[in-house]
Amino acid sequence: MKTIENEKNHIIPYKTFLFVLAGLIVLTLTSVTLTRISLGTMTVTIALIIAAIKSTFVLRIFMHLKFENKMFSIAFIGVILLLTTVITITLLDYLNR
Amino acid sequence: MSTILVKHRDDLASKTGMWFFLFTELLLFGGLFIVYSVYRYRNAVAFHLAAQELSVFIGTINTIILLISSTTIAMSITAIRKQNKKFAILLLGLTIILGLAFLVNKYFEWGEHFKEHIYPGSSILALRGHGDVLFYGLYFFMTGLHALHIIIGLIFILVITISILRNKINSDNYVLLENSGLYWHLVDLIWIFLFPLFYLIT
Repeated sequence: MKTIENEKNHIIPYKTFLFVLAGLIVLTLTSVTLTRISLGTMTVTIALIIAAIKSTFVLRIFMHLKFENKMFSIAFIGVILLLTTVITITLLDYLNR
Repeated sequence: MSTILVKHRDDLASKTGMWFFLFTELLLFGGLFIVYSVYRYRNAVAFHLAAQELSVFIGTINTIILLISSTTIAMSITAIRKQNKKFAILLLGLTIILGLAFLVNKYFEWGEHFKEHIYPGSSILALRGHGDVLFYGLYFFMTGLHALHIIIGLIFILVITISILRNKINSDNYVLLENSGLYWHLVDLIWIFLFPLFYLIT
């Protein structure tokens, strides 16, 4: 019990969560406004980039990955790489038919 | 410390198990996102027009509701670690209320679609063409599967709240609270991608 405690000693203050929440809401509203001013083909890219930034905040702060054993982050990145590889290969197939 | 009172516990293993489960959830939704990308690529115009019929307002409100609920459950971990049991329960109660509010919005949103005869298998929707059927099929399936996760998450959080009331979860043993938080954040994470892909990209 005590051995694991060492790496979990970090208690995130309430304030941090509220700051992150404010940031996430601002990003959501930015995403809504930006996609409403139609930016053509860029719209998809911008919306997904903002979604990725939001996810990073949720993962690192809310889901504690920033303070956790690095193993969790590496495994998570591995799963995301697997997904992006499969998406890329599938789309390459459909784009070149 | 008496040896009889020490119960074996491995918090790191518990959390690792939870993360592995979350990975399978990511692959489940990831597969659906692949289907979405291919169908969207093949039916670009229909997807573009159909997406405009979704209410960006309700979508935005629901996004903010989920973000706040993620914050409250994350804060409850801080509260329990600071031995502030009452505040932790208050925050979890708030999380549950916000989750229910999300579902109520979803009910009204889907209700509007049903009134316009837009639902999987509807003959009126079928008349609008293949692209619309695919868009709404994916929309109902993906947001529906997400809503199912919200319901499961709410039950999970309710069980955790009761455990805190019974002092089974406390400042020394809170890994289950962390795991329920991880599940809830994952549901939030999926919504972060569902929202732009269905509501915003028009």
